[in-house]
Amino acid sequence: MSVLPKNTLATLKIGQKALVTGFTDEALSLKLLEMGCLPGAEIEMHAIAPLGDPLCISVYGYKLSMRISEANTVLIKII
Amino acid sequence: MQDSLTHKVALIGNPNSGKSSLFNILTGLNQKIGNFPGVTVDKKSGQCILVSQVNAEIIDLPGTYSLYPKSEDERVVFDILMNEKDKHHPDTIVVVADASNLSRNLLLFTQLQDLGLPMVLALTMIDVTEKRGLQIDIELLKKLLGVPVIPINARTGAGVDKLKAAMMSPLSRKSGEGFYRSVMFGCSVVENIKFKFGIINDYKALLIAHRYNVISHFTEAEKLAVKQICEKDDFQSLSFQAKETVARYEFINKLLAQVITRTKVDSVKDRLSSKIDAVLTHKIWGYAIFFATLFILFQAVFAWASLPMEWIDMGVSALNGFFKDVLPAGPATSLFTDGLIAGLGGVLIFIPQIAILFAFISVLEESGYMARVMFIMDKLMRKFGLNGKSVVPLVSSVACAVPAIMSARSIDNVKERLITIFVTPLISCSARIPVFTVLIALVVPQDYVWGIFNLQGLALMGLYAIGFIGAIVTAKIMQIFLKTEEKSYFIMEMPDYKTPRWKNVGLTIIEKVRTFVFEAGKVIIAISIILWALASYGPGNGIEQAKIKAETQAKINGFDQAQTDNLIASYKLEESYAGKFGKFIEPSIKPLGFDWKIGIALITSFAAREVFIGTMSTIYSIGSDNDDENTIIERMKAEVNPETGKPMYSFALAFSLIIFYVFAMQCMSTIAVVYRETKSWFWPTAQFVYMTGLAYLSSFLVFQLLGLK
Repeated sequence: MSVLPKNTLATLKIGQKALVTGFTDEALSLKLLEMGCLPGAEIEMHAIAPLGDPLCISVYGYKLSMRISEANTVLIKII
Repeated sequence: MQDSLTHKVALIGNPNSGKSSLFNILTGLNQKIGNFPGVTVDKKSGQCILVSQVNAEIIDLPGTYSLYPKSEDERVVFDILMNEKDKHHPDTIVVVADASNLSRNLLLFTQLQDLGLPMVLALTMIDVTEKRGLQIDIELLKKLLGVPVIPINARTGAGVDKLKAAMMSPLSRKSGEGFYRSVMFGCSVVENIKFKFGIINDYKALLIAHRYNVISHFTEAEKLAVKQICEKDDFQSLSFQAKETVARYEFINKLLAQVITRTKVDSVKDRLSSKIDAVLTHKIWGYAIFFATLFILFQAVFAWASLPMEWIDMGVSALNGFFKDVLPAGPATSLFTDGLIAGLGGVLIFIPQIAILFAFISVLEESGYMARVMFIMDKLMRKFGLNGKSVVPLVSSVACAVPAIMSARSIDNVKERLITIFVTPLISCSARIPVFTVLIALVVPQDYVWGIFNLQGLALMGLYAIGFIGAIVTAKIMQIFLKTEEKSYFIMEMPDYKTPRWKNVGLTIIEKVRTFVFEAGKVIIAISIILWALASYGPGNGIEQAKIKAETQAKINGFDQAQTDNLIASYKLEESYAGKFGKFIEPSIKPLGFDWKIGIALITSFAAREVFIGTMSTIYSIGSDNDDENTIIERMKAEVNPETGKPMYSFALAFSLIIFYVFAMQCMSTIAVVYRETKSWFWPTAQFVYMTGLAYLSSFLVFQLLGLK
């Protein structure tokens, strides 16, 4: 069984869409969950700051910004 | 009437839900801004007439995403709701929810509903929702949620009367219908806590299990009891919270699938918002627009404010002169005019700058642009141990460090917040402007470089640059030495672009000005009075002798009345307590080029920098009701150094003094606000020692190096 490369939110390009599949940091996931970033939620990369970090996604029609380090704890499946 | 008077209604909702606008509509100018006891979170409350004869006290609780607090703002909401005896504990809650983001807004709603509080749901931004092509079946939502649901428009006030009526008959959910049960897997923690503390509500017991350590009314013994209950039952706080949140969203999304119908797919507004973001967060344009915005802001704060500031200055001088003429001369009149009114003038003069600054900041925040600035600045700021959110305090401190430090509250990370608070006073505030202006005018000629750049203006800009560099270098040093386990977060909602609500802008200005006048004003006035006393009285009979000595000397030189009075004032000051202090510290400030007269100004400036000009006027014996800056400059230019026989205010001395004012912590109000914000004397003390040390060292270097020439 081959190990799939971990796809995290931080790898998305602007305009790309994905589904949230899980989290790798439990404490951080609580904050993200509250903000509506749920497993199964459809997200889209909305903007990336000029210096490459932080980034801004849309989820459920509103925008959420987070740092790369935070985005790296969100596992996704690109659609 | 007795009952209705004490009826308390709390507004609770997510940040950006339109909660503050609703509060402004409900209470208008009938607001009181205070602090929740023990914390620095602003408490806004106000009276509102619900229906005729029925009054309610409306409390605007800080914006929160859930009942699991992650910041101090959120903790206040949690604490108040958990403590029925808290004097802010509401009888009714109005949950304010942004209809265009209903699922996330309802998360908090369902938690509140589980607490069993009587509630009403107010839906804002229905117009935005409809423009996005979403229709909400309000009647069905009302039926499914079991509470009154009132759509309102926080801009026009439509629906507010219905909301007021609904506040009279809120509905609560019966206990025991919570969502959490499915995720608890027979864990008996809730039952045990209910039994132990005699609590009826299940969800309240669960919240206690999760967050007992931040409930302020719990004693240590009670916290220990909860801890033991949780340990015994192996209570998995993090995982239960995650499961609860997911379960709530499942419920909410199922419910919303019935309530919301989509009428069209894409919307122009979303695309427009994307286009604006593409420009405002662009590599080049993003920063260019931000710096252009800053430039306009500085222009406005300095240029537009100057005229009203002159009016205030003239008004206060006229008032002072009027009372001096009308009231009989004596110590009481002197205290009232030179102490109190002059001190009051020192406060009022900053109102135009603070009003203009906060007009700008509030427009930037209301429009949604400020969040973009934080977004593009975060990585840069993080290199210096700061946070994208540090931009607001740093920019605000150009007017005044006091409101700036208060605005650092939005930074959740303790370390980044502390660094921001620590370096904010290094940014040159408006109180330094009069000092800079006078000292620059002393030594920098009014010439133009390349015909366009005013040399004095460039010098002033240079001083701001030095202050800014001092701030970021300090931040960098602190980043290295300050260790913390806590992770820094930047998970933040980016609000949609909106036209600012002018009523909110206006109320922000009023609120900030009011805070400044009362917070800073108290200190400045108190210090002015103390200063007046120290400068008017002295040990023994030195003061009387100084008067006699001055009169004799004036007679010999054939001075007229005004000149004699000035000479008397000058000699008196030398013999006063203030003069003695100045002489006392003279040896320690000599290496910076300062004499005892500047020493007095330094001491008085430790209360507030702007006192410098007034003190200098007094020292150089110009009547205090005539603080025309030009006259002071002339006097200071004419001052001769008794040791060298050359002008006292050499280039080296003036710059040494300027640099001292750039770095030194000379503001009681700032010290007070840092204490309040950090709840410890360590930080204000460290800040005072650091800034004063930095000022001393820099001035020393400047004076010694420039003096070599």
